[in-house]
Amino acid sequence: MGSVYSYYPGCTQLSSAKEFDVSARLVCRKLGIDLRELEDWTCCGASAAHTIDELLSIVLPARNLQIAEQEGLPLATACAMCYSRLKIAAHELGDAAKLDQFKEIIGRDFHNTVQVVHLLEILDSEKMSFPVEKPLQDLKIACYYGCLLTRPRNIVGFDDEENPHKMDKLMSSLGAESVEWGFKTECCGASLPFSRPDVVLKLSHRILYHVRQAGADCVAVACPMCHSNLDTRQNEMKAKYKDDFELPVLYFTQLLGLALGFSAHELGLEKHFVDPRPMLKSKELA
Amino acid sequence: MARIGVFICHCGTNIGGVVDIPRVLEAAKEMPQVVFVDGNKYTCSEPGQASVREAIIENQLDKVVIGSCSPRMHERTFRNTVASAGLNPYLLEIANLREHCSWVHGYDKEEATAKAIELIKMAVAKVSRHEALFPKEAGITKRALVIGGGVAGSQAALDIANAGYEVVLVEREPTIGGRMAQLDKTFPTLDCSACILAPKMVDVGQHPNITLRTYAEVRKVGGFVGNFEVEILQRAKMVDHTKCTGCGTCWDKCPEKVDSEFDLGLGKRTAIYIPFPQAVPPKPVIDTDHCRHIKYRQFMEEGGEGKPPPKCLICEKLCPAEAIDWSQQDEIITEKFGAIVVATGFKTFDYTAYEEFGGGRYPDVITSLQLERLMNAAGPTDGEVVRPSDGAHPKTVVFISCVGSRDERKQRSYCSKVCCMYMAKHAIMLKEHDPDVQCYIFYIDIRAGGKDFDEFARRAQEEYGALYLRGRVSKIYQDCKKLIVLGEDTLMGRPVEIPADLVVLATGIEPSDGAAELAQTINISYDTHNFFVEAHVKLRPVETQMDGIFLAGCCVGPRDIPESVAQGSAAASKVTDLFSQERLVTDPMVAVIDAMKCTGCMLCATICPFNAIDSQTTRDGRIMAVVNESLCKGCGLCTAACRPGAANLRGFTQQQLLAEVTSLWQ
Repeated sequence: MGSVYSYYPGCTQLSSAKEFDVSARLVCRKLGIDLRELEDWTCCGASAAHTIDELLSIVLPARNLQIAEQEGLPLATACAMCYSRLKIAAHELGDAAKLDQFKEIIGRDFHNTVQVVHLLEILDSEKMSFPVEKPLQDLKIACYYGCLLTRPRNIVGFDDEENPHKMDKLMSSLGAESVEWGFKTECCGASLPFSRPDVVLKLSHRILYHVRQAGADCVAVACPMCHSNLDTRQNEMKAKYKDDFELPVLYFTQLLGLALGFSAHELGLEKHFVDPRPMLKSKELA
Repeated sequence: MARIGVFICHCGTNIGGVVDIPRVLEAAKEMPQVVFVDGNKYTCSEPGQASVREAIIENQLDKVVIGSCSPRMHERTFRNTVASAGLNPYLLEIANLREHCSWVHGYDKEEATAKAIELIKMAVAKVSRHEALFPKEAGITKRALVIGGGVAGSQAALDIANAGYEVVLVEREPTIGGRMAQLDKTFPTLDCSACILAPKMVDVGQHPNITLRTYAEVRKVGGFVGNFEVEILQRAKMVDHTKCTGCGTCWDKCPEKVDSEFDLGLGKRTAIYIPFPQAVPPKPVIDTDHCRHIKYRQFMEEGGEGKPPPKCLICEKLCPAEAIDWSQQDEIITEKFGAIVVATGFKTFDYTAYEEFGGGRYPDVITSLQLERLMNAAGPTDGEVVRPSDGAHPKTVVFISCVGSRDERKQRSYCSKVCCMYMAKHAIMLKEHDPDVQCYIFYIDIRAGGKDFDEFARRAQEEYGALYLRGRVSKIYQDCKKLIVLGEDTLMGRPVEIPADLVVLATGIEPSDGAAELAQTINISYDTHNFFVEAHVKLRPVETQMDGIFLAGCCVGPRDIPESVAQGSAAASKVTDLFSQERLVTDPMVAVIDAMKCTGCMLCATICPFNAIDSQTTRDGRIMAVVNESLCKGCGLCTAACRPGAANLRGFTQQQLLAEVTSLWQ
């Protein structure tokens, strides 16, 4: 194999979504994908910068693109938000005037040639096969992509924006059953939990309600923010909507790691609010 | 020395507003052999033509240059003008000062004027080398081919046949009738579609001048106007229609059931079948992909492994007329025609491209054409509108307009024209079927242009209580038995959520499968959406660029029934107009081979797309190329390919073109 990428972890991967970063690196190492962490990377601006200042929302992620360009490798990220910001920055800098402005701000040369890929594009079951040690049998998974990974279509070009399939295909290739459901790309409330927790609760509840309707055992996600909204608020949902979901929400890299034979502890499964281990144990997967 | 006259048209302000015409006339006066120049506001007008005519006579002009619009527009007009002054009509050259100059260089009048002068200079140089050309005459086969047996094709076939000419109607399906036969009612009068169409279909089937070829396709078209040679693939029906009485025993008893194409997957048909009760011809065909006997026969012939499929010869045993004929095979029939009417119709957009509407996953999201089948008394549910999933009667029905229309993201930028009206019809009909039904219609605009159309759409709202919501639907999802429709009401400025029992998608019109391939076969143009292109969008709406080939109905673009019928009749009148001539005049601007220069390499014959070049052995045993003038279209490929320069195109000779080009630096 021997594919080599610059790797942009993103801030949440080092804090609240540490298990995403850990599991991503673990599975990639096992699959012979060399993720080289970008030197001196900085925050992409995430959900905050673009609501405040357009230029800032481009310059912050583009600074990382500039570093990656010097490395000469495609830039991989696991976080849907980082992916979106990096892709949009690269798109915006297609405009020559903006590119000049950017170069002037950071005082370095840049040609905007970096290819940004999401980990789901690298772990494409149609292009590679996985040495599955423990097939995810009897596990019904609702793959949740969130709104950022597939949109806007003309910029990210990731799968169908209404009904994507990349994660579903990955899960199926691991022996799991990915359920068909209608909320794969609905918004979870994103970065509103501090300003409008009521909105986040309503939207996230609706998503989990339909996960349960679809008969899934757990949710697979590719975004730390989606994970946080779906995983940490199930108690509040219980109080407000009388729905006791108890639905484990896992990163797709954790599920892939399980199938590749890593232990629950190695993958950080104990870090979730809704502990997935009892459910996985009942299916002899953890 | 020739006496050339230059006439420049202002075309109102189209040319005159950009090009400085007095200056062009001044310059033209100085050009070699030009003895007369004149400008005119509208040269194509009657007084304009008269002034050209008079100038030719008064000044004894023998060659003419007209600077005007594209020759595609008025070449014929001006040839007639020149001819009326006693000149050979081919001693005229048109300089295109509009499409090639003023329209595209409107931002720079100075440059446009300079270019106009050069265009005139080139035309003068070319016309000075023009020679008189004389058209030839050819015979004409007074039989017409109509491709497609929908309402447009049927109307065309009937009108031509009624005028006394023979017609062959080729239809791909086992019956004629087309899409209109699938409809329940028609807007805005709510006439029963089958009731008004069936008599026309029967007329076609029984007309002594019409030969119906159903289950057949056009494979190849050669020849030219008046003398087309067409290969028709007649697919094996496995039923001898000369013996079959259409009694129906076979399709009543056939044990193999498959999804009915006519009922769009909502109902079943048998392997030997007629698509619907009023089919014309009312005689069945055997679907060889599903017939048990054929499958058994194939299995035995191929010596397949495992258990053979069940044996079955029920239709053969039961047929009182002994009409089942297993020996039939697909055959190619070659026939001659003088004219062709293409009326290949439409299909509806495949809505599975819309993942937000379920992409085909929800059984109760149906298309409007499927709803027609559900409402139809002869349909799969005998006219009861029920949900495909559980057979329940829907009470809340949501319609979504413009599915595959007016949507750039789906590469369908055009309006399908009929959807707004049929949605109003459906809302009215559903309410008549069941007064408890509530219809919601999501729309972009209500396009109800036409006689009694707007009144009809208003009736749906005011009398039948359909709620029109201006906005798009963002998503449909299934929640238990309900389909939850999320959308936006842009007039109220708020999101709406409707729990619906049935969702009907107003899928747009697009050309039938194989339209582009057919266009290539018969050499007519088609656009990016695969709709066929008219010779002139306004003034020659049923003609193509190919003489003798005419268009009708939805293969040209979205049309409703009356328009399709009118076009069928219009195409028919063009055909009868052609057939009223005893002999056809052929264009003299064709290729000619100089026998002295031809080396007999025959490269031209290989290159010619119209098979218009044959080889001939001269008396001294030399091989040389000769042009079949009736097949040659004057495309000029052979002149470009010919190495010794023996091939030449009359009206565009190498000498004329060279003179044009060299004039630029002389």
